[in-house]
Amino acid sequence: MSDPLKVRIRTVLKTAGSLQQGVEAIRDDSDLHAAGLTSHATVSLMLALEEAFDIEFPDRLLRRKTFSSIDAIAEALAEIGVRDEAA
Amino acid sequence: MTPWLAAARAVGSEIAGRYADDVDSRARFPAESLAALKERGLLGILVPVSAGGPAADIADVVAICHELGRHCASTAMIYAMHQIQVACIVRHAGTSPWQQAFMQRLVHEQLLLASATTEVGVGGDVRSSVCALDERRGKFRLTKQTPVISYAGNCDAILATARRTAQSPASDQRLVVIPRADATLELQENWNTLGMRGTCSNGYRLLAEGEMGQVLPDAYADISAQTMLPMSHLVWGGLWLGIASEALSRARAFVRAEAKRKPGALPAGAGRLAQATGELQSMKSDLLSCLHQYEQARASEDVLSGIPFAVAMNNLKILSSEKLVRIVGQAMLICGLEGYRNDSIFSIGRLLRDAHSAVVMVSNDRIAANNANLGLVLRDDPELLA
Ligand SMILES: Cc1cc2nc3c(=O)[nH]c(=O)nc-3n(C[C@H](O)[C@H](O)[C@H](O)COP(=O)(O)OP(=O)(O)OC[C@H]3O[C@@H](n4cnc5c(N)ncnc54)[C@H](O)[C@@H]3O)c2cc1C
Repeated sequence: MSDPLKVRIRTVLKTAGSLQQGVEAIRDDSDLHAAGLTSHATVSLMLALEEAFDIEFPDRLLRRKTFSSIDAIAEALAEIGVRDEAA
Repeated sequence: MTPWLAAARAVGSEIAGRYADDVDSRARFPAESLAALKERGLLGILVPVSAGGPAADIADVVAICHELGRHCASTAMIYAMHQIQVACIVRHAGTSPWQQAFMQRLVHEQLLLASATTEVGVGGDVRSSVCALDERRGKFRLTKQTPVISYAGNCDAILATARRTAQSPASDQRLVVIPRADATLELQENWNTLGMRGTCSNGYRLLAEGEMGQVLPDAYADISAQTMLPMSHLVWGGLWLGIASEALSRARAFVRAEAKRKPGALPAGAGRLAQATGELQSMKSDLLSCLHQYEQARASEDVLSGIPFAVAMNNLKILSSEKLVRIVGQAMLICGLEGYRNDSIFSIGRLLRDAHSAVVMVSNDRIAANNANLGLVLRDDPELLA
């Protein structure tokens, strides 16, 4: 829970995810799509993450699966070189 | 030509074409053509060999839709919508004995499948459901208010979208197979429309019960992205090309007859015909290139679920539906009064009315809005021959 990267992802999700319940009710491995993340909101989430972490997702990561859980997002961010420590 | 296409051509020219005007004027189900397609085994061709089918490609189905579209757009649309459902089952059926047995029945009994995705309250936003699967001890109940289910009165089963559970958000959907015998359809609205009248797309209150083994295991989001959406736009693109080709075929015959009457003089409609032929060519190229793109992508769930693929398939739908309406309109102008008449051999009326369904059938504005959103994250595509 205290993983700083995931804490930052949660902050972004809170504003950009348009989830049915609050982010507090979501576990790191919860299915975000089942929690109400629509395909429209997925695009907003991608953009918000790019802005928050100052990155650009490569084409191969621009798919539903990348944004299916907080864990999956953290994995994708790690893959493109985002470090764990809080900025 | 494959034997399937040859069979479809025979059904088209000998049966579908013969009854097309009657189907249209009475807004009745094209029973003769569907019986003929069934008899020739054309309903189950996508089913894989492992389930007893001949494992045809999507391209075979698109070619058949194109062929049928020339003769009777309603028949072609029914065949297209049916094959979209079959493709969803072929790609996304699980290992449940119910689903495996159903896949075999698609071939052996040549079942006709209908679709209930559109719902009162969400309109054409098929990625949201109001209704939900009410699960109890391995069984489900479902009640859905559907503004349109094409040929529900003549089908053997309906595939319906619903929220996964009563607690699930609108976007967390599943697709469930409901045999017609297990469904109650309460008629709410009659299908009396400008065109595509033979699809008999009445509105119903759909009530169904069944076992959870009838629910496809994949999330509908994946089924939609990987199969339903691309398949719909490809088979529709095929039959719309058929309608456009038929309209230009009538226009060409009209212009040629003029040319023969006054040899040496270019007929008035020749320039317009040349222009429309160019547009038909680009409509066909778009379809074939998207078909190629789908065939390249189909082995990879990641590519199928990716944004560039979705944008391309959406563009196919928007562009080809717009071109269809323009081309048929051009054909009408070329044939003039003879095209405007309902009883001339150059009549364009039915084709024009059928063509206008294309932009409404999942509103182009809705699809364009989806593409506008996806466009925000779309990347450059620098490599031409990749
Ligand atoms: C011949 C035919 C057969 C059909 N068969 C079936 C069937 O078997 N099963 C089934 O489930 N459905 C079927 N449909 C329905 C079809 O799939 C669409 O859902 C339906 O045509 C959409 O209807 P709508 O225009 O009322 O809804 P909406 O898509 O909700 O559109 C309503 C209006 O809002 C506008 N609009 C909507 N969204 C946006 C947006 N984001 N931006 C701007 N404007 C927007 C549209 O332009 C339109 O004017 C069929 C339709 C046709 C024409």
